Amino acid sequence: MAATVTNTENVATAIGAGARPRGGNGFHKNGGGGNDDGQPLRFSPARYRIGVWMAVGSILMLFTALTSAYIVRSASGNDWRPITMPKVLLVSTLLIVISSVTMEVSRRSLKQQRDAAYGRWLVLTSVLGLGFLASQVIAWRQLVGQGVYLSSNPYNSFFYLFTAAHGLHLLGGILALALLLLRTRRRRATVEGELRRTGAADAASIYWHFMDGLWVALFFLLFFWK
Amino acid sequence: MGRVLGIAIWIITILSVLMFVTKRWWFPEAISDHGPAVDRQFMITIIVVGISFAAAQIGLGWAVWKYRDSANAQRATYSHGNNRLEVIWTVVTAIIFISLAVMGQRVWASLHLNSAPPGSFQIEVVAQQFAWTFRYPGKDGVFGRTDPSFINDEGQNFVGLDETAPNARDDIQVSTLVIPVNQPVELILRSKDVTHSFFVPQLRFKQDLVPGMKIPVHFTANKIGKYELACAELCGMNHFKMKSYMLVLPKEEFDELVILPPADFLTRKEQLLSKYQLPQY
Amino acid sequence: MAEHAEVHRHPAPQGFIRKYIFSLDHKVIGIQYIMLALAAVLVGMIMSVLMRMNLSWPGTKWSILGTLFPTGAPGGVMSDAFYLSLVTMHGTLMVFFVLTTAPQGGFGNYFLPIQIGAEDMAFPVLNMLSFWVTFVGFIVLLLAIVAEGNVTVGAWFAKLGESAFGGGSGTVGPIGGWTGYAPLSALGKVAGPGQGAGVSLWIISIAIFCVGSLLGALNFITTLLNMRTRGMSLMRMPLTCWAWFTTAVLALLSFPVLLGGGILLLLDRVAGTSFFIPSGEFVSGALIPNHAGGSPLLWQHLFWFFGHPEVYIAILPGMGATSHILSTFARKPIFGYRAMVFAIFAIGMLGFFVWGHHMFISGMSPYSAVAFSILTLSIGVPSAIKTFNWLGTLWGARIRFTTPMLFAIGFVSLFVAGGITGLVLGQTSLDFFFHDTYFVTAHFHLVMGVASIFGMFAATYFWFPKMFGRMMNESLGKLHFWVTFLGVYAIFVPFHAMGMLGMPRRYSNFAEYEFLKNSHSLVLFVTVAAIITVSVQILFYFNFFWSMFKGKKASENPWDATTLEWTTASPPPHDNFAGVIPSVYRGPYEFAVPGAPRDFIMQHETEGVEVAAELGDKSGNGGNGHKH
Repeated sequence: MAATVTNTENVATAIGAGARPRGGNGFHKNGGGGNDDGQPLRFSPARYRIGVWMAVGSILMLFTALTSAYIVRSASGNDWRPITMPKVLLVSTLLIVISSVTMEVSRRSLKQQRDAAYGRWLVLTSVLGLGFLASQVIAWRQLVGQGVYLSSNPYNSFFYLFTAAHGLHLLGGILALALLLLRTRRRRATVEGELRRTGAADAASIYWHFMDGLWVALFFLLFFWK
Repeated sequence: MGRVLGIAIWIITILSVLMFVTKRWWFPEAISDHGPAVDRQFMITIIVVGISFAAAQIGLGWAVWKYRDSANAQRATYSHGNNRLEVIWTVVTAIIFISLAVMGQRVWASLHLNSAPPGSFQIEVVAQQFAWTFRYPGKDGVFGRTDPSFINDEGQNFVGLDETAPNARDDIQVSTLVIPVNQPVELILRSKDVTHSFFVPQLRFKQDLVPGMKIPVHFTANKIGKYELACAELCGMNHFKMKSYMLVLPKEEFDELVILPPADFLTRKEQLLSKYQLPQY
Repeated sequence: MAEHAEVHRHPAPQGFIRKYIFSLDHKVIGIQYIMLALAAVLVGMIMSVLMRMNLSWPGTKWSILGTLFPTGAPGGVMSDAFYLSLVTMHGTLMVFFVLTTAPQGGFGNYFLPIQIGAEDMAFPVLNMLSFWVTFVGFIVLLLAIVAEGNVTVGAWFAKLGESAFGGGSGTVGPIGGWTGYAPLSALGKVAGPGQGAGVSLWIISIAIFCVGSLLGALNFITTLLNMRTRGMSLMRMPLTCWAWFTTAVLALLSFPVLLGGGILLLLDRVAGTSFFIPSGEFVSGALIPNHAGGSPLLWQHLFWFFGHPEVYIAILPGMGATSHILSTFARKPIFGYRAMVFAIFAIGMLGFFVWGHHMFISGMSPYSAVAFSILTLSIGVPSAIKTFNWLGTLWGARIRFTTPMLFAIGFVSLFVAGGITGLVLGQTSLDFFFHDTYFVTAHFHLVMGVASIFGMFAATYFWFPKMFGRMMNESLGKLHFWVTFLGVYAIFVPFHAMGMLGMPRRYSNFAEYEFLKNSHSLVLFVTVAAIITVSVQILFYFNFFWSMFKGKKASENPWDATTLEWTTASPPPHDNFAGVIPSVYRGPYEFAVPGAPRDFIMQHETEGVEVAAELGDKSGNGGNGHKH
């Protein structure tokens, strides 16, 4: 939860919630701040970022709950039998870490208005993401091959649960990337359209990095907190 | 409308307060050493609660009576509040509430933050859907080994006693809780299936019995008699009749009883159960 | 940023489906949520009357029940399992589908964007999804009733339940209580009637509900942070917005935990895992071989980590609406705006650290119980600040006794009556006696149940003209208020007396126990009061739907109120402000400003700025607590 609170603060600073003139613009920088003619801007680019930070906060709470359960459960009962992790998980981890880098390159390309590069790197990121998922499925299949099922041991239950929950969320991320590819690869005619386009890319990259970090954290948890 | 509402709020307040003041519906008599302290703490709390409740409601009633709109009324007072009053109020309530909270830990601490005093009599309590079993160690004073695999409800082995184990032979399983008066008792609470809760209103005591856990608790009863024991945690369809009795016996009677062999224990217990009466309610 | 943005109005959708069913308009979605709550609360109320009937007249034959539920009420006599399924479903419906949907999803959705001067929510598609996901949750919950027990209607469902979840045990719905304590809820059919498919559906329903609420919460927070109009600084927001915002933060952080817990519980039921089921379980005459080592307390921790914030999710919007309405009809600025904001946030945040007070006697560490207890009583402090400020708002007021005002005053009275017994229940030593007695039932029904509902009644009567362009009938509304106000006190004050006797909750029958002998008259009295009070709600339903079509036409601002929703038409156009978004020049509760032409200055008015600025230097910040 602490992490989420910090996030909210970051958001608050990011969108300029500092001092503001009395009787004037409440949220001049972004929050529907106004133009000179007094017409409020209809879209402010922080929107997607705030939204995705909130999503990150709630997903973090979900995994905090599951992790707490993991820690409590590992201490209750004497049936906790950790297994040796399939080696292929190292490949997964490598893939997702690289995908974070490509995502970042993609986002920066967009910032530098190199649209073609933006699209290419997005495709690469999606492919790496799919590769990660495939690698996770391979890990599952190896475990099933060894007779290690969801219910055979609480440690396994958590292993499957964590990987499945993370995988589902990452799948959501891949869908988001697909959406970016389909709908925002081209430059927009209006200012608002451009803001939406870059805002969406920013949000997707925040989510993607979070999924990367989350997996690394889960990986360490599963490897070292047995 | 303002006057009627004000009066209605006052009447509700008076009736609610009266319900507590008349004590028409009140705790059953306390029969444990810690019971009177619980009741005292409740009295202190309910007085604070009652005064705050009455003050707030009377104030509310007064405000709606006094400040109702009328045709020739002037505008309301233009005020955004009063920081000083706000701070004073916060400090006062904080002091009162935190003191209550601290006082409210005393009985709890005396029972739960200390282990059972030496000389406590140990009894194992095993709950199941929808019955209670109490196990006494018998003449040797030592409990025999149990394991869920030995449980046999038809064979009256509710707790899963391993009959071949040492010290197990003389263990007694009985459906009534029998305890000595004025001697500390330590109950080891566990459950076979789902969560139950041990509740004897007169004891001013309640504790969940959780499957997979052994929870030791202790208290001292100080009034001889027969009391009802209820389950206070939803445990399934017949939760409402998961009932038993608690017999508080004179020391001599109790000491005689607990060294009897199992069969005699059960006969004697039946006699005692009909000998004592429930309190008058 | 300085370029001119395209100012074009989004055209309103035309087709019926896009306009009323899968609408992206936050106003339509808000009304959908309110309708959902109205349906759910009807079912929940009927269930509570059935429960009262069973408690007062056990064994009576109600032939219609026998027809509807041949297995749950054979011959029309309610079985004990039937009663417990009513307890469970009543709690679940009320807590999730009434107290969480109407205040936040309903009124919050409709009025948060308008009050901050936005044209819609930040993510309209998510908003629509959040409603429809919640709706699916509701349907799944209703399926639980059918799947568990109704042979006539539910044979097919029962079969489905049997094959899919190993359920169909012939009762009516799950019987684990809305808290669904494991392992009772985790073991499956073996644990007795009402533990089959119904419980699985119940868990699935709640998991779906969690997802819907999360989508909503994310949307609320983003909208509020990102879409406020010019001049709408945080400290100029109406208190309703603060309440919805805090509620959304609570929902965002607590629902994921319930979701996680629910997934674990469902896996224990259907996938053979052992998160909550310990070793050596001996149930219904046999050992459970496949489970070992789980922790029942883990479920309680996960559940209550959500469950306690949930209480505030239910009541905070009611507090916001009450503050708003009190100030409006007192014709007086809210007393201590800053303190109110602080108190809302303090209540919300403290709410995350007190879940253990539901678990004093659960077998958790008695030391942590002490910590939880002291933190719990400190929540009384911000609650007391709120009460103090409400009374302060009424002091020196010119109260207009409209129906919404009556309900808002009723909220204050009920909040005090229900909240203050928290001082009793929050003490570990007193919990020895009161835990799971009717004293608890009295406490939470008054404070999170009835008080929240009063907040919603107030909100309904207050905002109805804005939502439907017509006024609700005042005479019917007042009658509704009087019977309901006296009725709920008549129902829930005697619950305390039952608690004093030690009467345990969730008993389908009290006849087994001598120590409950003296409660007969109380039980009967409560039943009569409940039947009268529930019947009178028909007035509300009638008034609501009748006024929608036949009520007196409402003007733009029928209550002489100050906030932005009253600057636009009733009902507002598709984009809320017809393309001209108002800017904000002052705090939300500028009533009775000396020297101003009227006794209220609306937030967007530029006239009278000088007057207000001179008199209340910082009043534009929503009041600063200085004496004027």
